[in-house]
Amino acid sequence: MSNLNALTIADAREKLRAGEITSVELTEACLKAADAAKALNAVVHPTPEIALEQAKAADARLSSGNAPDMCGIPLGIKDLFCTKGVASQAASGILKGFKPEYESTVTTQLFDAGAVMIGKLNMDEFAMGSSNETSVYGNVINPWRRGNDETALTPGGSSGGSASAVAADLCLAATGTDTGGSIRQPAAFVGITGLKPTYGRVSRWGVVAFASSLDQAGPMAKSVRDCAIMLKAMSGHDPKDSTSAELAVPDFEAMLTGNIKGQTIGIPKEYRMDGMPEEIEDLWAEGRAMLEDAGAKIVDISLPHTKYALPAYYVVAPAEASSNLARYDGVRYGHRAKLSHGDGVTEMYEKTRAEGFGAEVKRRVMIGTYVLSAGFYDAYYNRARRVRALIKKDFEDVFAAGVDAILTPATPSSAFALGQEFDDPVQMYLNDVFTVTVNLAGLPGIAVPAGLDMQGLPLGLQLIGKPWEEGALMNVAQALEDRAGFVSKPSKWW
Amino acid sequence: MSIDTETARRVAKLARIKVEEADLPALAQDFNRILGFVEQLNEVDIEGVEPMTSVTPMRLKRRADEVTDGDQQNKVLSNAPDAREGFFAVPKVVE
Repeated sequence: MSNLNALTIADAREKLRAGEITSVELTEACLKAADAAKALNAVVHPTPEIALEQAKAADARLSSGNAPDMCGIPLGIKDLFCTKGVASQAASGILKGFKPEYESTVTTQLFDAGAVMIGKLNMDEFAMGSSNETSVYGNVINPWRRGNDETALTPGGSSGGSASAVAADLCLAATGTDTGGSIRQPAAFVGITGLKPTYGRVSRWGVVAFASSLDQAGPMAKSVRDCAIMLKAMSGHDPKDSTSAELAVPDFEAMLTGNIKGQTIGIPKEYRMDGMPEEIEDLWAEGRAMLEDAGAKIVDISLPHTKYALPAYYVVAPAEASSNLARYDGVRYGHRAKLSHGDGVTEMYEKTRAEGFGAEVKRRVMIGTYVLSAGFYDAYYNRARRVRALIKKDFEDVFAAGVDAILTPATPSSAFALGQEFDDPVQMYLNDVFTVTVNLAGLPGIAVPAGLDMQGLPLGLQLIGKPWEEGALMNVAQALEDRAGFVSKPSKWW
Repeated sequence: MSIDTETARRVAKLARIKVEEADLPALAQDFNRILGFVEQLNEVDIEGVEPMTSVTPMRLKRRADEVTDGDQQNKVLSNAPDAREGFFAVPKVVE
């Protein structure tokens, strides 16, 4: 059988269980595809030996029967996850050479479920970016192009390596993390499905921290069903993460009936932005029609504080980042600057951090330091936290009024050219305008590929759900996926 | 609020990031651009709204105050840029 690497998790699961294919064959197909895709720069630390060892173990488990859903499935793991004995750098120079002595809870659970790791995936440095241009490993390239135009496009960020790897079939699915849109925006830019779970659903232990009150890991995969399968394996209470919820993990996949008759879907008027391309408007209207066709009731809603989400985010996230990234001091792990005669610890900190961090990370750490500094704490940080409470209340109000899920565009544009927005940080931040509200409110959100723009690039729609109701949310996403019928793949040039 | 070079220098110092003198004006400009964007928050009426401390209404878990782990000196030090005799080594701290 050819192109095993192009299978979905659900299809591979059936073939593995039926004995039609082995995990070793599937894994080899992915490793071969990854090896041939160096031009995408998505896989930055390939782990073929670990992969084949895991695949053999998975095959043994499969042949004994009773193997879990993820058994034998090759995945890519974002570089933000600590993986024991394998480079885990968060795409930063400051963690060069860092090989954790421990395994993150998410990868532990995935490996316990029999999943296979083909390698660590590129990303924006410390997950700070929307184009994967801040990585110490260099840019990730989107497998999609504008027709025959060879301009290199961004896969989005920060989970750009995960997006590119899944879209190019280098693995069946990948882990991502999402602090302001870092799963959903790249998923939309490459035509795959990406889910950010409710805050607290997935353990953050062993995931390099960016902004702890916003960070959440989730699946990036080729279908809603695959996201459901993978999320189940990633989720659950973890005593090592004090914000991890003590809630049972439902069988998300069993909830994907695609039947959403009688459900109420809200369309928020504040997401209609000035200067938004007409194609995005049209896609949004099509999505609305698709859900209506599925039997849902569509209502116009208002989320009045939407406009203030990005400014609040750019106070809260840098503040938390400046605190989290204080640990990179050149003492315990990673890079330490070469010191001059007479340099003390302060010089060691300052030189190490100047050399180890990239420009965007420095910018955000310093903004965070500023908004937390004496005299500005109330004016910036506390104000932003109060606005955040209002943003969350906007959602609570519409859910209380009977809305089951909210439909919005996933991004304000399709994938743009690398370099295009890199020089203006604020312009870059606007990429997350539709996704960042969800992180501030701690809600689950999913990006579903829904069409192509005039340049032939994928566009996604976002659905936002109630807290802890990822299953119901993915069921709406399933109804959308069924009707959008998105099957396009990038033509292979790499 | 406009950030001048002096403020940029002070923030860099607080963040323990060495910034060359020549790069301070551009940094101050970046700060102004970002903080200018953030200024919009002043339009919001936040009277009577409590600052959010936890996005999910849950109390932080506590566990018994007891040792659950230990005896991992080698693992703890294995990634250190400079470890000697079972310790992290740093430049002289006390004169």
